[in-house]
Amino acid sequence: MHQDKREIVIPSQFLGEIKNKKAGKGTFVENGKIYSEILGVLNSNSNYINVISLKGRYDPAEKDFVIGIVSEAMPSSWLVDINAAYPALLHVNEVPWDIEFGETERYLNKGDSIMAKVLQVDQEKKLQITLKDHNLYKIKGGYIFDVEPSKVPRIIGKKGSMISLLKKYTKCRIFVGQNGRIWIDGDEDGIKKVIDTINMIEDESLSYGLTNKVEELLKKDTKEVH
Amino acid sequence: MKTEIKLFENGKRIDGRKPDELRNIKIMAGVLHRAEGSCYLEWGGNKVMVAVYGPREAIPRHTQNPLRAIVNARYNMAAFSVDERKRPGPDRRSREISKVISEALENVILVEKFPRASIDVNIEVLDAEAGTRCAGLTAAAVALVDAGIPMKDIPVACAAGKIDNQIVLDLGKDEDNYGHADLPIAISPRTGEILLLQMDGHLTQEEFDRAFDLAIKGCHIISDIQKKAILEKYQSDSGGI
Repeated sequence: MHQDKREIVIPSQFLGEIKNKKAGKGTFVENGKIYSEILGVLNSNSNYINVISLKGRYDPAEKDFVIGIVSEAMPSSWLVDINAAYPALLHVNEVPWDIEFGETERYLNKGDSIMAKVLQVDQEKKLQITLKDHNLYKIKGGYIFDVEPSKVPRIIGKKGSMISLLKKYTKCRIFVGQNGRIWIDGDEDGIKKVIDTINMIEDESLSYGLTNKVEELLKKDTKEVH
Repeated sequence: MKTEIKLFENGKRIDGRKPDELRNIKIMAGVLHRAEGSCYLEWGGNKVMVAVYGPREAIPRHTQNPLRAIVNARYNMAAFSVDERKRPGPDRRSREISKVISEALENVILVEKFPRASIDVNIEVLDAEAGTRCAGLTAAAVALVDAGIPMKDIPVACAAGKIDNQIVLDLGKDEDNYGHADLPIAISPRTGEILLLQMDGHLTQEEFDRAFDLAIKGCHIISDIQKKAILEKYQSDSGGI
């Protein structure tokens, strides 16, 4: 459609013939024709026709880094909300501490936030997460806020370009979970700036050349401060 | 009563519409912030608000299906939606409508993608003026798309009926109350599959066929309005620059 905008498609929209292109993510095939199955953004640069969703829950994939909030402590495990359709299970064997049976509440309690890794997603979509990897721990301090999970790749940018920009100009510590939760730690102004910028990225995620735009914006802001 | 009111005169209906004319329809997607997907719809005098939650783990647990998601549509009429105050809460009529709408939606949502989950669709009728089940289903479809739930198609519903021996599209309140028959239909507009078909009153085979074709024609018109409403919301949302 437009040159500077990505095309938005809705479910049941006809996207192409199976003869010409392969059906990728967010599409389904019926009678040799490819249709979109979700509300999303069309991406058909490669051999595949993909639709990247605009909204919806986080679809967990193994080895994703996520931010979870503990929703229940059980005798030998915790249930953690990771913004997916299902709660994730965190077993005591998957934490770096030695825990006696029934003493889980002493380490993690309802409402605590953790950085975790998705360990396993089975056919029934039962989720398991782990804290046994480097850089995974219980979150103390800082600020967590939510964005649409589908916008996470844009916030991180190509090879982390966008996120390193943010870190450079605001001097905040930022961790972006694949599930659309973002943790920020730093001084108050920095946190505010990060949130404003990320909201802007979310709003304009459909336009091209966003990284440059964000860099200009951040540069301008820092000049004003000094 | 029937003989006193002339529902059809000089090729015009009681509210001045032509036999194959719809009432005014206005659809807005994504109007609620707390729900994952929502839609507000005005269809003539009908006002319907729909909120979608999920997919999330189905509770109670025994309702879960290990292979697919369940769709819980809940149709509810507000106490103030009708002339005489309606006793709040589910009744026989609203439970029936909830059931048929759930089943219609189950057929277009890709339920296999979310085993053990439930997708909750809350349909609140704020103001009623005949044809609320069609309005509810049409709005629910838009709200589901807004929630980002994968679907094979955007379902759409419309009714046709018979008044004064004339087949007409989209019955109004008096036409529904004093007319001869009412035929609500929901279809999947891409494939033409029928998702819901009910009939109230009597129609001959020939009348039924005509009413059926008319209702399907109406569905396709409404389908375009639905799609426009969704695109409007998201194209303007994405910056406008």
